[in-house]
Amino acid sequence: MTTSALRKPAPRPPLLEVSGLSKSYGTQIGCRDISFAIRPGEVLGIVGESGSGKSTLLACLSGRLQPDTGSITYDMQGRGPVDILTLSEPERRRLARTDWGIVHQNPRDGLRLDVSAGGNIGERPMAIGARHYGDIRSEAQDWLKKVEIDLSRTDDKPRTFSGGMQQRLQIARNLVTRPRLVFMDEPTGGLDVSVQARLLDLLRGLVRELGIAAIIVTHDLAVVRLLADRLMVMQRGRVIEEGLTDQVLDDPHHPYTQLLVSSVLQV
Amino acid sequence: MAYVAVKGGEQAILNTHKLISETRRGNPDLAELSLAQISEQFGLAVDRVMTEGSVYDRELAALALKQAQGDAIEAIFLLRAYRTTLPRVAVSEPIDTSKMAIRRRISATFKDIPGGQVLGPTYDYTHRLLDFALAAEGLERPQAELAAEPLDETVPRVIDLLNSEGLIEEEIDENDGEVFDLTREPTTFPARRDQRLQNLARGDEGFVLGLAYSTTRGYGGAHPFVGELRLGEVAVEIVPEELGFPITIADVTVTECQMINQFRGSADKPPQFTRGYGLTFGHNERKAMAMSLVDRAMRARELGEDVRYPAQDAEFVLSHTDNVEGNGFVTHFKLPHYVDFQAELQLVRQLRAEHEERRRKATGSEQAKEAAE
Amino acid sequence: MSPTAALVHKDDGYNFAYLDEQTKRMIRRSLLKALSIPGYQVPFGGREMPLAYGWGTGGIQVTASVIGPDDVLKVIDQGADDTTNAVSIRRFFQTVCDVAVTESTAEATVVQTRHRVPETPLKEGQVLVYQVPQPEPLKKIEPRETETRKMHAYAEYGAMQVTLYEDVAHFGRIAKTYDYPAVINGRHLMSPSPIPKFDNPKMEMNPAIQLFGAGREKRIYAVPPYTSVRSLDFDDHPFEVQTWKGSCALCGSTTSYLDEVITDDRGSRMFVCSDTDFCNTRQAEAAAAKAAVDKVSGEEA
Repeated sequence: MTTSALRKPAPRPPLLEVSGLSKSYGTQIGCRDISFAIRPGEVLGIVGESGSGKSTLLACLSGRLQPDTGSITYDMQGRGPVDILTLSEPERRRLARTDWGIVHQNPRDGLRLDVSAGGNIGERPMAIGARHYGDIRSEAQDWLKKVEIDLSRTDDKPRTFSGGMQQRLQIARNLVTRPRLVFMDEPTGGLDVSVQARLLDLLRGLVRELGIAAIIVTHDLAVVRLLADRLMVMQRGRVIEEGLTDQVLDDPHHPYTQLLVSSVLQV
Repeated sequence: MAYVAVKGGEQAILNTHKLISETRRGNPDLAELSLAQISEQFGLAVDRVMTEGSVYDRELAALALKQAQGDAIEAIFLLRAYRTTLPRVAVSEPIDTSKMAIRRRISATFKDIPGGQVLGPTYDYTHRLLDFALAAEGLERPQAELAAEPLDETVPRVIDLLNSEGLIEEEIDENDGEVFDLTREPTTFPARRDQRLQNLARGDEGFVLGLAYSTTRGYGGAHPFVGELRLGEVAVEIVPEELGFPITIADVTVTECQMINQFRGSADKPPQFTRGYGLTFGHNERKAMAMSLVDRAMRARELGEDVRYPAQDAEFVLSHTDNVEGNGFVTHFKLPHYVDFQAELQLVRQLRAEHEERRRKATGSEQAKEAAE
Repeated sequence: MSPTAALVHKDDGYNFAYLDEQTKRMIRRSLLKALSIPGYQVPFGGREMPLAYGWGTGGIQVTASVIGPDDVLKVIDQGADDTTNAVSIRRFFQTVCDVAVTESTAEATVVQTRHRVPETPLKEGQVLVYQVPQPEPLKKIEPRETETRKMHAYAEYGAMQVTLYEDVAHFGRIAKTYDYPAVINGRHLMSPSPIPKFDNPKMEMNPAIQLFGAGREKRIYAVPPYTSVRSLDFDDHPFEVQTWKGSCALCGSTTSYLDEVITDDRGSRMFVCSDTDFCNTRQAEAAAAKAAVDKVSGEEA
């Protein structure tokens, strides 16, 4: 059984659909008129250099920033498609800690550093009502195994972990509630190259295994080549090119994409 | 075992009241201080107690100081508790400090200003040498010479002179007339400026001074200039409903500080100077200046600056300025806590026993292993 | 409780129970709101009292707002009527409203307490007023009130449960012994004030009205009669209360909360009831019973 056979595109409704999304800061443009859709289990990469608007876009999508115009429709479990901008704050916060995951570039933003690794993973299950210590702990340890952290570190605090371990712990903390959509902001940023490779391998395995949809923002084309099914290239707040990842990277049409790709190849 | 639970706490407490009165009076052979003496000769202490006690009454403040053996915070506490029982008769009009009868007025921003620099009564230019002549009583009272001409009745505020050029932000009235009352309403966050200023005015002088100091040492990025500092008497006016026009009910002494701070501007706003404001009852330049610096620091968020340091964090500052609150809470730890301590004692004993048990098992199994080998 | 309107205490010129009637009304409105939303912290315009913050100003304002001339007041600290704080607060109310005071839990209509719930079960119609130093159970996790108010509003209590998880992971048990957080009426997480967790079960379905006043933090909250009070725990590490191996050295009780008393400098100690009224009543009853027995056996001889 190959993964591609499993993932033959079925005509499923989009999980998340964005339409005409714009956000500016005063006279400065964050992102302009962005529209796209992502289906369950699909991984979308967004690339561009800093200042291209990709981080603004991600912050809008994940509910951390209010866009000026546009809609973000999410297919909520048991409720169907809903414009998340019309959700109340508690509904949005609940969505963010159950059906969504957010992996920050800096694991310190996404972890409780003074809480043990087990407690970090257990927080989301406990927040939605898990009350059996033994079950919470064994689930946390299942996840530590999945992200290749030795079980002897279960009760250690993440501040004693290496950068790569912290990032893997952050991923486990997010995926434990089996979210259907995960936002990742430069998930390999700040890590050594060898550590990056291991993390990417792990991420690819988990995303495929669990059928999670993901939106990954990065400036690193190696990351999207390995993880993303589809790709959007952003420049000055706009999407200038999009398509299947291999297509865009192997046959870039827009001059800016060509520059991006060639600059990577030169490295 | 003949244990009898301690009784007679009530009698012991009554005795503490007698002992403190005795201690307060000190040596009865010496003359007792009068409230007038305190008010006249410990004027700055009285000013501080009135400001942080938020009651403008020199006699009551002097009484509080006498009762508290000169302990400012205890005196402030006494005055505040008394204040709770006072009815609110009226709400005054805003005081107009440009109409102040000025006794001292300086600016650090311009060498000469309309109305002039007025040095007035201050320790600023004295040498801080203990004056042993003061130890002897009955000295002749020095008399300052009278100026040839009186000061103008209205002395424009320096900050308003900058206004005409648009170099400094306008004073913003964000309240639509409805002013928050810290003594009647609970603090809420985010706090508006009226709430912040009231809090700072009543805030502990030492704490506000420390915070202000921190903003000038990199923990807040202040580059302050004293736009103007003025001391003098202003009229307090109320508008009785049946009259419909303002009448003066009192003259109060206040110290006012307008602190000017730089602002680099934002997308919408050109670079300009910003304000920080401080006001105290009586004469207290240190407090007025510190207040104006912390006021400005807490405006960081509305001005789009990063909020990184304690003095910029309004929730942190406003929650910890009040010395009646802080004094009460810190000293309450001397109250009996033996019920909770017993609970903790039990837990620690239990945890230690379990720790010991685990250790014994571990060494036991090690020895067993060694024996087997 | 009796109507207190327009009562002026005769001697000292202060209004009945110190606070003016407007202030009492404001506090009563907050109390009604608190009773309507069990466990929710109602901000109120707390006044400055002639007692230091942290020494019971919240409890005093609540008591002052509900007490009337016909009430019978009991004040305890650490379970005892004669500790300094209890004496001082009782004297305050005797001075400013001249109400009857008692040491008997059964006779009191209003009981103001610091750190204990009386051992004698409370009845309908009684009011228990708790002094609260820190009303916010989430404070140690999140110091910002702007954030904790949201956590309460959205019932986001996962982080609190994490602290219990950490206890079990490190100590093998939940290591909170007092001020043990509880969920009230299945909704709001509440600090029961620093009572030992021993007392938490007494709050559950209590027939009395339980009012909480935090003066410095200017918050009031309440547990109405017959309301559920669920102490946080895990299914496999259930909430449990303190127990002692021995009994009270004075009255022999095996069911009350015991204080440890050090009796000499060689480490000798004994355990006695922290609730002095409960202990004294039991001792008096035992003495009376013994006297009756002696009398009977004397007659027989």
